[in-house]
Amino acid sequence: MDAMTPLTVTLPMLAVDWETLLSVNLPTLLFVVIGVPLVLVGYIVGFDVLVRRLPKRSQPSVRPWVWVAPAIFFVGLILVYPMVGTVVRSFFDRRGDAFVGLGNFARLLTDHGILIVLRNNLLWLLLYPGLVLLFGLLLAVLSDRVKFEKPVKSLIFMPMAISFVAMAIIWQFVYYYKDPSEPQTGILNAIVVNLFHGLPITWIQDSRFNNFALIFIGVWGATGFAMVILSAALKGIPAELLEAARVDGANERTIFRRIILPLMMPTIVVVGTTMVIFALKAFDVVYVMTAGNYNTDILARRMYAELYSAGNYANASALAVILLLAVVPVLIFNLRQFRAVEARR
Amino acid sequence: MGRLIRVVALVSSAILGLSACGTSTSSGKIGGTVHILGTWTGTEKDSFDAVMKPFTDQTGVKISFEATRDLDAILQTKIAAGNPPDVTGAPGVGTLIKLARAGKLVALDDKLDVSQLNANYGADWINLGKIDNKLYTVYAWAALKGLVWYDPKAFQAKGYQVPKTWDELMTLQNRIKSDGGKPWCVALESKASSGWPGTDWHKEIVLSQSGSTIYDKWWQGKQKWTSPEIKQAWTTWGQILGAGDSNVYGGKQYMVSTTFGDGGQGLFTSPPKCYMFNQGSFITSFFDAYTPKPTAGTDYAVFPLPDVSSANAGAHVVAGDAFVITKDTPQARALLKYVATAEAQDIWVKRGGGKIAINKQVSLNDYPDAISKSIAQVVVDTKIARYDAGDLMPSDMQQAYWSAALKFVTDQSKLDSILADLDKTQATAYASP
Repeated sequence: MDAMTPLTVTLPMLAVDWETLLSVNLPTLLFVVIGVPLVLVGYIVGFDVLVRRLPKRSQPSVRPWVWVAPAIFFVGLILVYPMVGTVVRSFFDRRGDAFVGLGNFARLLTDHGILIVLRNNLLWLLLYPGLVLLFGLLLAVLSDRVKFEKPVKSLIFMPMAISFVAMAIIWQFVYYYKDPSEPQTGILNAIVVNLFHGLPITWIQDSRFNNFALIFIGVWGATGFAMVILSAALKGIPAELLEAARVDGANERTIFRRIILPLMMPTIVVVGTTMVIFALKAFDVVYVMTAGNYNTDILARRMYAELYSAGNYANASALAVILLLAVVPVLIFNLRQFRAVEARR
Repeated sequence: MGRLIRVVALVSSAILGLSACGTSTSSGKIGGTVHILGTWTGTEKDSFDAVMKPFTDQTGVKISFEATRDLDAILQTKIAAGNPPDVTGAPGVGTLIKLARAGKLVALDDKLDVSQLNANYGADWINLGKIDNKLYTVYAWAALKGLVWYDPKAFQAKGYQVPKTWDELMTLQNRIKSDGGKPWCVALESKASSGWPGTDWHKEIVLSQSGSTIYDKWWQGKQKWTSPEIKQAWTTWGQILGAGDSNVYGGKQYMVSTTFGDGGQGLFTSPPKCYMFNQGSFITSFFDAYTPKPTAGTDYAVFPLPDVSSANAGAHVVAGDAFVITKDTPQARALLKYVATAEAQDIWVKRGGGKIAINKQVSLNDYPDAISKSIAQVVVDTKIARYDAGDLMPSDMQQAYWSAALKFVTDQSKLDSILADLDKTQATAYASP
């Protein structure tokens, strides 16, 4: 290149489309920013004036209800009403006009495809929380006394900031398959071929492995979250207790088993049950990676397909009810555990 | 109650008009924005942008484009939420039929200049856009399915001839195999719609093997999947794949894990991984993204899949993106008017990507290379043309069809149970929701 050529850099003109950028409905914005708080304050102040007119004795029993009423109203409108509607809908046919009793459930639960879906959900239910807890606990305990604890934990927590869809794309490269005659570019198959001299595996399509491959993506995403919470619980254990144990001659393994683990148990249970609910809700990874093909379908994705592709409200709502029934025991257990922890404080 | 969309013999008339280029229809600046929902990404999106640029220049209407590979679900959700896009460009019409019947699409009979459309479009393409006798969709371009891509240099080196008949194709397959090569590359991965390239194989065979009457009954849900004709098309495709996928590069693992757009890569390696690749005319836009970029004519050429049965000679499956107005605005009307013009279709055709113009004013000479011209010629020679059957089915039927193609290549011996499952879906999918 000619040394005399002046070095010019043309910056692309930054064309700001102000019209679109500012095309926010101003009255709506004002209503949201000023109106909504105003209405709430007005509601509380107004009703408090009314409550004060009541006899002194009944005031304390009325006031809490005034305060929670808006929340109850919105939860009822947005959560309870659609839930009841879904349950009702699940007893009707796909057009929603003929009552079929438990017919939808009978049909679904004898469908071969749905049985695979249920099996997969069971796999998610067992492996996802189990592995997240195992890795989370392991990392929390092991990183606890490491010099670079903070950067290490930040790194492990990082996947939590990635959306499931982006995660699926990243792992697609990890699981990438190429014909045995070619060099493997997917890291996992590269390991299989070069270290173990095996044949490459289609991790996402091969029904022997794909459910585990998909679940592991989810585990990778949630481990950091579990680690951070468990680590906080670990740090909450009083140092005197551990010292006392050491003085008594307990070795580290015994301390972990007899002192640390029991004290962390409430947190482990809460994290575990939260992960169980996550597992039941799982959708994105399967939707992006396999679209439910190759025997990887799960309840949430199937429900989506029944609703949006098939327009089959009967099947969709019946699946939603099955999912709901599966979540309820976990939810109750979780609430009880939460209360028990609160009571101990 | 019959489906009143008539899917009919077509395009020839649309292509043959070798008259001069169309005049643009600029009608002053309208301004504003038109929100479009479509499926184009990558190079297809670039072409779309190129087509839309003159429109924005002429009318001042800005394009706000949203892409999704799950168009049926996104569109239905948006409409159910009362937030439809102004215009939707859909690769399939199954969902559109449902939406039109539910009154969610805008009928175009009094919104567009129909006489102008009649002058520029073959009657068959206009009929294709009708649902229950009302015009709802305007096709922006056509694509031809069932094209076999090959590398003429590789064919020449081995002395292979382009097969003219099904028997010749079978002979060629065996010869390639006995020479130690693999006849086919097949790639079925496509995210949420994985499996569709396999259904392209199957539906092309159904049409060519059993004819248009069976084909129409089949997509209308009146022909069972377990019927001998539909089943035979699967087993015929199985013969292409060969026992234990022995005719296909990489076998079933490669088929299910390779993205459809990358399926042609094997043609251009040295030595070739495979000698033939069946894919619609649009695949050239994916070829263009390969490194090194193969050249049309020298690196790749194309021949139509030979007739399976001579009774249905010259039968081909076509497709095209259907534009509909989902929310009636002046900008949306202007856009639909524009996509039907020779000006718009000329840009699409010239950008390559295997798109074939429907507007008669676009001449054969406007095609950028010999290959796309030869595809347009195949369309001209097509005697029995049918729209893609999968795209005409209700979307749950279509999804089950896609999945079936994946299940079939994974284990061909399970064909009977796969077909029985498809029959089950067929029994419910066609009931109006």
